[in-house]
This record gives sequence, C-alpha cells and structure tokens, in this order.
Amino acid sequence: MISIRGVSKWYGPTRVLDDCSTEVAKGEVVVVCGPSGSGKSTLIKCVNGLEPVQRGEVVVDGVSVTAAGTDLNRLRARVGMVFQHFELFPHLSITDNLTLGQTRVLGRSRDEAITRGLAMLDRVGLAAHRDKFPAQLSGGQQQRVAIARALAMDPVCMLFDEPTSALDPEMISEVLDVMVKLAEEGMTMMCVTHEMGFARRVAHRVIFMDHGRIVEDCTKESFFGTPRSERAQQFLAKILRH
Amino acid sequence: MNYHWNWGIFAQQVQAGEETYFDWLLSGLGWTVACSLSAWVIALALGTAIGVLRTTRSRTLSGAGAAWVELFRNIPLLVQMFLWFFVVPELLPRELSLWIKQDMPAKEFVTATLCLGLFTSARIAEQVRAGIQSLPRGQRDAALALGLSSAQAYRHVLLPRALRVIMAPLTSEFMNTFKNSSVAYAIGLLELTFRARQMQEDSEQGIETYIAVTLLYFLCAFIANRVMALIEARTRIPGSIG
Repeated sequence: MISIRGVSKWYGPTRVLDDCSTEVAKGEVVVVCGPSGSGKSTLIKCVNGLEPVQRGEVVVDGVSVTAAGTDLNRLRARVGMVFQHFELFPHLSITDNLTLGQTRVLGRSRDEAITRGLAMLDRVGLAAHRDKFPAQLSGGQQQRVAIARALAMDPVCMLFDEPTSALDPEMISEVLDVMVKLAEEGMTMMCVTHEMGFARRVAHRVIFMDHGRIVEDCTKESFFGTPRSERAQQFLAKILRH
Repeated sequence: MNYHWNWGIFAQQVQAGEETYFDWLLSGLGWTVACSLSAWVIALALGTAIGVLRTTRSRTLSGAGAAWVELFRNIPLLVQMFLWFFVVPELLPRELSLWIKQDMPAKEFVTATLCLGLFTSARIAEQVRAGIQSLPRGQRDAALALGLSSAQAYRHVLLPRALRVIMAPLTSEFMNTFKNSSVAYAIGLLELTFRARQMQEDSEQGIETYIAVTLLYFLCAFIANRVMALIEARTRIPGSIG
C-alpha cells in the first residue's frame, strides 16, 4: 500500500531523512517512534507529498508520489491525514469541516457529503456536535472530528502525525479508542506516536527512527522484546520508565 | 477675533449661479463617496490577489507582488495623482493619449479612483500577506491533505481566516480611503475638499465651511468604521475570543 524507497531529504545543508526505506502492506498498522527531531513527522509527510523529497521514491497504492506530473491533489484525497494540532478549520462548522473536501475535491453533492460526514461523526461518537464550531469542542473532541473528516473522504490509508501529543492526558484515551477501533476494522495506518500502549495493542510493526534514519523496522513482538539497537533500548527505557 | 459668523451661509446662493453652498458641499460629498467606494473595491480585489501572490512558494509570483507593493507605497499619494493625471497619458500611444486628454468621460474621477485604488491595494496586500502568514502552517497542510488545490486552500481556508485576522487594520484602511480621497482635489475632481476651497473663496466664510467639511469627513469615516464593525461581528467565529 505504502512503499518508501531510499528516501533522503535535506533542509539546506541539514540532512533530515537519510536513505529511509520501508513498506506498509494493506491492512497493516505501523507505528513510527523515535526521539524528537529524528525525522518521523517529516517521513510521514513525505507519504502524501506535503514534504517534497530530494532523493528516493514514495509510492502509495500504485501511484508514485515523488514522480513529476503526479496529480498530488487526487492522491492526497485518497490518503487521510490527522495532525498533531488537529487543524480543523475554525471558521467552519463541524458539518462544513466534514463536507469541504468531499464537495470540493470528490465532487459529491452537499446532501451526499453531509450524510457521509455525519455517519463518520457518529462513528467517532460526536454526532450531537454537528452544528458546533471547532473552538467549542475540547481538544480530544476536535481530534476525533479531524479523524472523521479524514475518513469521510473514504481513504485507502490513514496517516497520523502525533495525534495525541497536544492533548491533556484524560483526552488521549478517547482518541486512541477511535484509532484502535479503526485499526481493528482493518484500516491501513501509519502512525507517528509515542503511545507505546497503542503500539503494543494494535501495531503489526514498529519503526524506530533516530537522526533521520530508520534504525529499527521490525515486528511489534521483537521491538518490545529485544530491540536490537542500543539507541532504541535507551529510548524505550526512558519512555517506559514511568 | 474679528470674524463675522454666519451659519446661514449654507442656504445662500453662490455668487454666480442658482445653487446654494449646501448644494456644492452635497455634490462634493457625493463624488467623495463615489471615488472612495470605487477605489475600495479595486483596492480590496487587487490587494487580496497581490497579498496572496506574496505568500505563494513561487519566487516569480511573490517577487512580482513585492515589486507592486514597493512601487505604490514608496511614492506620496499626491505625486501618484499627478503622475496618473499628467504623465501616464503622455506615455500611451498617441491616439489613446489624445482620447484620454480630450474625450474620456469623468476623466478626473476615473484617474483619481484608479490612483487611490492602486495606492490602497499595496497597503491591503501587506495586511493580507501578514494575515495569511499569521496562520499556523498546519492549516495549509490540512487543506492540501484533503486534496484541495492550492487555489481552493486559499479560497476556502486561508483567506477566510486571514481576512478575519486583519479586520482591525482593514477597518483603518477603509476609513483612510475616504480621507485620502481628498487628495483628488489637486487634479480637479469636484469632491468635498475641492468644494470646500471653492466655497471658502466664494463665500469668505472659511471657518463655517471647514467646520462643515470636517464633520462630513468625520461622518464618512465613522460610518465606514461602523460598517466594518458590523461585518466583524457578523463573521465572528463561534467559540473564539474577541
């Protein structure tokens, strides 16, 4: 489904991605973790072309993201993305947030888009909030709406960029619950997150990054059992201590 | 002070004609309002477009936008009026130049409106640019991630938010447009300031004249302010502060 092959990226002289390669199969859930500045967010943003890369290739569902001439808008419409800071559109009601992409990009009628959007809103348990505006919801609720907004586009896979790191602890679980459900339903997911509980529960594979490199890329069992690299061991020791 | 006050002067007829001084001021006010509002429409449309150009990733487009802004805001408005009125027609092809000088209807009005519109557009462009740049980068990413084109992202997400952000400076700019229109008297547009000078010389009641004109300008700017405040209140995002 997602194929990242030898991807490197520089910001000026700074190399932020260093020859990264990995695959995410259909229905697979892959968690990407690592210390801050390790390039996890940059890597996931390369998957839908929000970050251009200088070297290597990214292919999603048979379409090359990195090739010149690819219709990126069309590709992005099929790849759902959830951001650290939710990024709902604050001037639009929840319903309008859910329908904007559907009507403008997929060409659905407004009625059709509302039906689909509200079904997804119901799925994340927020149907009652359809007429509110983002600022009237809590952070956890906003993030669930953001997930619903992405799902309403009927994506072939979902990207999560630290979806819980801007949330208060008590709101984290409501978002993770939605993500777990999604994973159990067979959605292909690539998640940048530090939620190791989530990784333990639903991930098939864990990727560990450091200094722009993929240091570990292994099954969940072997990652939590005996991660091979010293850096990953240190990282796990630190975040699992408390 | 040995001044002979005469508040009845406005009802009196002018020296050479049937009209009263009140008629003069009223017609002056009409041209002031017409010129200001037309210039505002030009300024808002062009200013928004140029402001958007300055935030695009294309160097050519943003450079062109920057050149526009610098051109129109580094020359005094009065000098720009003279340039448009006396110099630009001379630089045009002979036929067109002759037509402008001899036959163009409402020549002073068209020139003054165009000049004021372009001058103000440079200032609005800067505000629009600042407004867009004040938004978190994630908003653009979220819009693009849904599959919206760049133009759609501006139209549906970035501009509606940026324009709300800059309502306060935009209000000042709208009021400025009315006040700046007084410069058009220098090229002979029969607007309020022109009529004021005319009445002062004709009636020799300078103080009453300028008190009346001051109040009329104040009223224009004040109404402009209230209109913008109304728009600001109507477009306020539910749940946001302010």
